[in-house]
Amino acid sequence: MAITKQNLLALNGDEAVAYAVKQSDVDVVSAYPITPQTIIVERFSEYVHNGEVDTEFVCVESEHSALSMCLTASATGVRVFTASGSAGLALMHEILYVTSGARAPVVMAIVNRALSGPINIHCDHSDSMVERDAGWIQIYVENSQEAYDSIIQAFRIAEHNDLLIPTMVMLDAFVLSHTLESVNVLPDETVRKFVGTRRIPLVRGHRGKLVPFKLDPENPITMGPLDLYDYYFEHKRQQEEAMQIAPRIIKEVHDEYARISGRKYGNGLIEPYRLEDAEIATVCLGSTAGTTKTVVDQLRTKGIKAGLLRLRTYRPYPVQDIVNALENVEAVAVMDRSHSFGAHGGPVFHEMRHILYEASIHPQIVDYIYGLGGRDMPQTLIHEIYRDLQKIVKTKRVEKPIQFIGVRE
Amino acid sequence: MASKWKFTTKDLAEKPEILMSGHRACAGCGPAIVYRQILKATRGPIIATNATGCMEVVSTIYPYTAWSIPFIHTAFENVAANAAGIETALKALKKKGQLKYDHVDVIAFAGDGGTYDIGIQALSGAAERGHDFLYVLYDNEAYMNTGIQRSGGTPHGAWTTTSPAGRVIPGKPEYKKPIADIMVAHGIPYVAAASPAHWRDLITKARKGLEVNGPAFLHVIAPCPRGWRYDTSKTIEITRLAVDTCVFPLWEAIDGEYALSAPSKVIALKPERKIPVKDYLKVQGRFRHLFTPEFEHVIDEIQQIIDRRWKRLLKKCDMA
Repeated sequence: MAITKQNLLALNGDEAVAYAVKQSDVDVVSAYPITPQTIIVERFSEYVHNGEVDTEFVCVESEHSALSMCLTASATGVRVFTASGSAGLALMHEILYVTSGARAPVVMAIVNRALSGPINIHCDHSDSMVERDAGWIQIYVENSQEAYDSIIQAFRIAEHNDLLIPTMVMLDAFVLSHTLESVNVLPDETVRKFVGTRRIPLVRGHRGKLVPFKLDPENPITMGPLDLYDYYFEHKRQQEEAMQIAPRIIKEVHDEYARISGRKYGNGLIEPYRLEDAEIATVCLGSTAGTTKTVVDQLRTKGIKAGLLRLRTYRPYPVQDIVNALENVEAVAVMDRSHSFGAHGGPVFHEMRHILYEASIHPQIVDYIYGLGGRDMPQTLIHEIYRDLQKIVKTKRVEKPIQFIGVRE
Repeated sequence: MASKWKFTTKDLAEKPEILMSGHRACAGCGPAIVYRQILKATRGPIIATNATGCMEVVSTIYPYTAWSIPFIHTAFENVAANAAGIETALKALKKKGQLKYDHVDVIAFAGDGGTYDIGIQALSGAAERGHDFLYVLYDNEAYMNTGIQRSGGTPHGAWTTTSPAGRVIPGKPEYKKPIADIMVAHGIPYVAAASPAHWRDLITKARKGLEVNGPAFLHVIAPCPRGWRYDTSKTIEITRLAVDTCVFPLWEAIDGEYALSAPSKVIALKPERKIPVKDYLKVQGRFRHLFTPEFEHVIDEIQQIIDRRWKRLLKKCDMA
């Protein structure tokens, strides 16, 4: 298939998300405003009020109700979307689990913002990191172009009948949400064709008959029952089984999208940057990867074998892809934009070190907690990390496995 | 908007049950009787949603279900948002010509905990936005599912496990929140109070709530023999006493205009028919501690509260 001709628009990250939702034939959007996600709901309101979409758009009284509405609308068989971040995502916490447990393929954009307190409106990943166990697919994007592309892909992923896993797409507050970028957008009909209409799988109904998995008066089923020790465990196991299939589906959707758009993000799960012969590498999520790529290029001109591994999907966690990508690296620095207080490093570090333990490779690995509450992560600090890595390679010793960087001591 | 449908015993007997027998509600369960009556009022395709609580628990223990209509439960505090989600999805399907039916009714059930307390935000939001659904509050005046804890719907003086009949504080010190008046104040088209003792009135009100365009709120007294401490055979008798004592008067407000329903209108016209609150309290173990020399003044207090609320209601109904 030939690459589709596209329009170049000046959009910030939030606008790119709203534009993708507008094109994705979404039936119900229910949302509540929170800085810095507000532009998504504002732009979408304009589409609704100008008659550019026929979506039912409901401005609810809280994020808890936003997701509660999305959940039952999805259970009624339609395509739904919502957006939030920070305290709003935390307020949804309970319903995130109910949504994944109900196998409702809700798509949500999260504009990553620090959690209170103290209250702060700027970027870090503490809001979505705590939700990594909620049974949702998590995709972290590097720029607004990827935010646009990933939202469109998310509908295909979440609604895939082998998955039915709600999916959240994360973009960094302000750095992406409020910063203008050139974004290539596909024609409406191309996106509409790509996302298609939502297909509803058949399940065994009350009387043994195969019925559509939705609230339908003609084929009544009971959803969200009380599920005790005799079945709950199997249902949770089924969620894990779907997650095991998810990497394959995410890659397939990513590749199919790449064929029409010409845009690829690694293999859809991870994006290695100049890693083939790298001796030292950093690992990060989100927009920091953009800055880090520049630093890597600068180091490479000096002959330093530096590389970067960007994790695009954090759930499912692409274990083998990560191990393969870091196979020949001698020292790895994880950059964590959130912290687990009292733990041995941040969450990205935990899992990275954990999977390398059972792999046959054991690079030196260190953790840098950075950028909490929107603290800037300039090139100079990233250079510092690579300098530390060079030192570790040289001395074969890690002095400080976990450090805070860019913070006053 | 008055419903033209007259409910006769024959009509009701012929109508198939929606909440099937075999569910696990206790003997004498008020809510189970209320559900059965309300579901006799349906007029076509319908989808139900229920807040966490006794009725969701007793009717849906996996892999069994008592529901013969599509049903969803998600959490405790969000049933109004759940109903709004279903209604909005149906609207979207209809707009696209993908709905097989002309109309599908949406009904939300919740107890007093899920309505007065934890669910009031979602309820208020859904009412303000004007979603077309019927919200049924089955009020058993405490958190019965977790073992009889006080709620905003528990009446003054009642014993619960978190408002015990102590040596110093005799039961719940606070008063019952006027939840139905709060819903009228939202400006929604239909609000009513009903009792299963007056089943035809209850079923008619449920039907009106379904027929109206926009949110409807039905407040139903639904005693719990376990929590109210009475014999399981007395449920209907107690809900009749609640009406006859004006503890739970029956009324409806159509577009904010209050009117008494027949069983309470009779009392308004013939005040001598109004029974003392004491007669309602004495048949319930949850008020037993008030029938002591130390605390009998609380009974007088309760009588005063009920009289005051009844007077206010008469004024609203232009019958003062």
